[in-house]
Amino acid sequence: MFSADLLANAVVAGVLLGGFYAAVAVGLAIVFGQIDIVNIAHPAFVIVGAYIAYLLNSRFGFDPVLVGLAATPVFFLFGVLLYRIYFAAFERTGQESLSGLAFFFGVMFIIEVSLIMAYGVDYRLVQAEYIGQSWHVGYIDLPLRMLVPFAVSATLAAGIYAYLTRTFMGRAIQAVAQDRVALQLMGANPVRIKQWAFGLGLATAALAGALLIVIGPVEPSLGRVYIGRAFAIVVLGGMGSIPGTFVAAVILGLVESLVSTFAGPSWAPAVAFGVLALTLAVRPAGLFGR
Amino acid sequence: MKYARLFAGALAATVLTAFSAGAALAQAKPIKIGFSMALTGGLAGAGKAALIGMEIWRDDVNKHGGLLGRPVEFVYYDDATQPANVPALYTKLIDVDKVDLVVSSYGTNEIAPAMPIVMRKKMVFPALFGLAANEQFSYDRYFQIMPAGPSPQTDFSKGFFDLAAAQKPKPATLAIVAADAEFALNAAAGARKNAQAAGLKIVYDKTYPPSTTDFSPIVRAIQATGPDLVYVASYPPDSVGMVKAAHEVGLKAKMFGGGMVGLQYAAIQKNLGPLLNGIVNYDYWVPEKTLVFPGVNEFLAKYRVAAAGKGVDPYGHYLPPFAYAYLQVVQQSVEATKSLDQAKLADYMRKTTFDTVVGKVKFGRNGEWAKSRVLMVQFRNVQKDNLEQFVEAGKRIVVYPKEYQSGDFVYPYAK
Amino acid sequence: MKSAAFWGSLLAVLAAGLLVTWTVENEYYYNALYLILQGMLMAVAWNILGGFTGYVNFGSAGFFAIGAYTTVVLNKAFGLPLPLMILVAGLLGGLVGLGLGYLTLRLKGVFFAIATLAMAIVIETLVNNWSYVGGAKGSYLLTPESHLWFDSYIQMLFVVMLLLTLAAVAVSRALSTSRLGRGLAAIRDDEVAAECSGVPTLRLKLVSTTIMGAMMSIAGAPFPFFVTFVDPTSAFSLFIAVNAIAMPMIGGTSHWSGPVIGALLVGATQEIVKVTVSSELNVLIVGVMLVTFISLAPQGIVGLARKYLRRGAR
Repeated sequence: MFSADLLANAVVAGVLLGGFYAAVAVGLAIVFGQIDIVNIAHPAFVIVGAYIAYLLNSRFGFDPVLVGLAATPVFFLFGVLLYRIYFAAFERTGQESLSGLAFFFGVMFIIEVSLIMAYGVDYRLVQAEYIGQSWHVGYIDLPLRMLVPFAVSATLAAGIYAYLTRTFMGRAIQAVAQDRVALQLMGANPVRIKQWAFGLGLATAALAGALLIVIGPVEPSLGRVYIGRAFAIVVLGGMGSIPGTFVAAVILGLVESLVSTFAGPSWAPAVAFGVLALTLAVRPAGLFGR
Repeated sequence: MKYARLFAGALAATVLTAFSAGAALAQAKPIKIGFSMALTGGLAGAGKAALIGMEIWRDDVNKHGGLLGRPVEFVYYDDATQPANVPALYTKLIDVDKVDLVVSSYGTNEIAPAMPIVMRKKMVFPALFGLAANEQFSYDRYFQIMPAGPSPQTDFSKGFFDLAAAQKPKPATLAIVAADAEFALNAAAGARKNAQAAGLKIVYDKTYPPSTTDFSPIVRAIQATGPDLVYVASYPPDSVGMVKAAHEVGLKAKMFGGGMVGLQYAAIQKNLGPLLNGIVNYDYWVPEKTLVFPGVNEFLAKYRVAAAGKGVDPYGHYLPPFAYAYLQVVQQSVEATKSLDQAKLADYMRKTTFDTVVGKVKFGRNGEWAKSRVLMVQFRNVQKDNLEQFVEAGKRIVVYPKEYQSGDFVYPYAK
Repeated sequence: MKSAAFWGSLLAVLAAGLLVTWTVENEYYYNALYLILQGMLMAVAWNILGGFTGYVNFGSAGFFAIGAYTTVVLNKAFGLPLPLMILVAGLLGGLVGLGLGYLTLRLKGVFFAIATLAMAIVIETLVNNWSYVGGAKGSYLLTPESHLWFDSYIQMLFVVMLLLTLAAVAVSRALSTSRLGRGLAAIRDDEVAAECSGVPTLRLKLVSTTIMGAMMSIAGAPFPFFVTFVDPTSAFSLFIAVNAIAMPMIGGTSHWSGPVIGALLVGATQEIVKVTVSSELNVLIVGVMLVTFISLAPQGIVGLARKYLRRGAR
């Protein structure tokens, strides 16, 4: 059963899937990896992004990826708002560890149930020209519904990386992550910077959601299986390193695909956590961490 | 002028009669039928559709004078597809709300937790779609409306294998793939038994977690074993993923399908479109000429109106006719025995062949159907992006069993 | 709360519970109360690690399921009586809790929380692949034949759960007022400082995780008899995990009475909503209550009460 053909395809499928996982994780890499906010509701926001893509695609026929892009400013603003609430309630009073976690846990549930009440639990799908088509290179299959999200996700990761390293605001975010007090002493307002970072993280969720629904059908509680994957990726990648996040995501996708093909798909959910556990035991700083 | 007065008089008389009939009905104590239904959670899509079908039955019955001259009322709660909620809800229905009759929720996971309670209260329990839910309990007042037959586990996939065995040259190898969840695993177990009986060699036999998003690795692994037949037991999202992956990978099996839930739902049928062509899958009722039972088209027309805008399957071919039918069984039993006595009703249900919108229904061992009527349906000539094509006959050809066959079987599964 | 008053009220509650089983026949109430008590037991257990020690556990459902599946296995293999199964479940849960403590030695804060989530998912995957307990298909259990002097097995399960919950509350209170409890509080406030002051942080953390694991497992042990059908989806339900966190946080994590109050409030609300409005509102309510309470009253109801009492004392 072990053939070069099967192996090659499993590898390619894993890389494509992993690339998509990076889109989900990159927002969390900023929010959790860099500014230390445990937004466990991030995958739930990704699902909201998926539903928005579904809405506009089914009503007007817009391409889901374009919808995702268009939704990013809206998500950004919402992220800023959410951070303000979080800051006022928790960060200012120093309660963030336990209460902050529980706060986002609650937000996650509110999102999920609101989606259920609005759209029911039926699976939603989108239609686009490239969904269903496949390129064939030799004996390797490249389904477009995986290839397009991979390409978009890689572009997104590259864009975020460029933003964080080249722009003023981006570098300010990295500075806040490293040393908040020093930043304050230099006259910058850490709250405004964190707010910007949180908005940015949430904006990526809009695009990630659109990619998710291109890959497969979506229903409100789908976010839960991504919590583990997203956090595993961020930790493995090195808590805030964007290239690290992308590499870690690809690794995770690869391992899941190989396990699924050769050991049986029923072990795949444990993979993310197996990887995480291994990382924390062997090199807690992650691959690219400091 | 004369006609106007005549007309007014006739109108007044009709209104008065209707009012008095209504008033008489309203004054009689209602018969309460209690149940829990999955209106939220994983099975809510089907649960809500079933409820609509049940409400149509209730309205039909009340329009014709109710049951034993009394109006019928539903008392129901949402069990949220959580088995843990079911015991409390059924004890509330029976002990607090004091309903006269109970029926089940939808799905084995929601039926099983209610069994100990209805068994202790000795209530007749018509059940809606649970695969072999009574195997462990052997309760003699349980009646299952899913047409899976006396041995539900194997009867469910028997059609698929009988069809395969009839082909020349006879297929030799089989791949079984199932979602890691109750119904799919049961179906796969049945398929395994049928395969062994048919002497097929099983070359792939794995399960996958329901949260799987990408099915290409799975389909590719199946392809690598080169099976003649591929039997899939899956739930709606995975069914979609499997069909798409099969096309992307270019699956070369001779028969593909079997136990895929979701391919019966209008929204999924529309989304997959021509990707469905050639697939042989189970179904319980399709709008083919051989399945036009008395009352079913009228029911479906009413359903289409009631379901509009409610976010459920717009056509309701899968579950709602059976939801209507199992209440017809209740109705006919109550009217024939002229009582609400649980023992009498159970006896009547055990002996009688009922006439319902899904044809003749007779219960056998353990409350399952005496004779299986799981259909094997083949998709043909499905067009892209067209929802309405599924209302009519011609897209889902019944290829098994012979008495309901509406077309020839196309083999192998060519693309 | 003074010792005498505490034990007095505990006995009074137990007596009330028994009295109810002699007078009220309607089984619905027992079902509802069982679930509320189960929630309370989980909340008290969670609080030992969460509120007292400051380590957040996201994987409560994993321990709960250990208890439930212990019952499934023992019932299938030996048909043991319920009290024995509860005992074994407690031992197993405690062992797993101990193991969790060892494996997460160096993890703090959110890493620990994710590790608990990971543990729960790994256990779920194992159970899914274990055909003896039915795997993903689930397992049926027939209800216990003997129910002692009670009218029905539901009443018996209710009394069992009542006993277990009261015992857990007593343990929780004893822990919080003991030297052990003060050590835990020191860890919660500042682990490094505690370590420097000579508090055996590692040993105390292990004690904490072990007790929590044992209690949660015990909460899950009678569950299969309650629902008669157990499958991984319902045993590992995220709803159990959320309730285990929401109830203590709403009630107040710093005092042993917090989880009790929180469980009564949240649990009762959920049961009422279940039979009046749609059940998905249940989850929404937990979410909204959780978010509102921790935003406005981070110390929970206990915290609010303390503030009022302090103001009143002036």
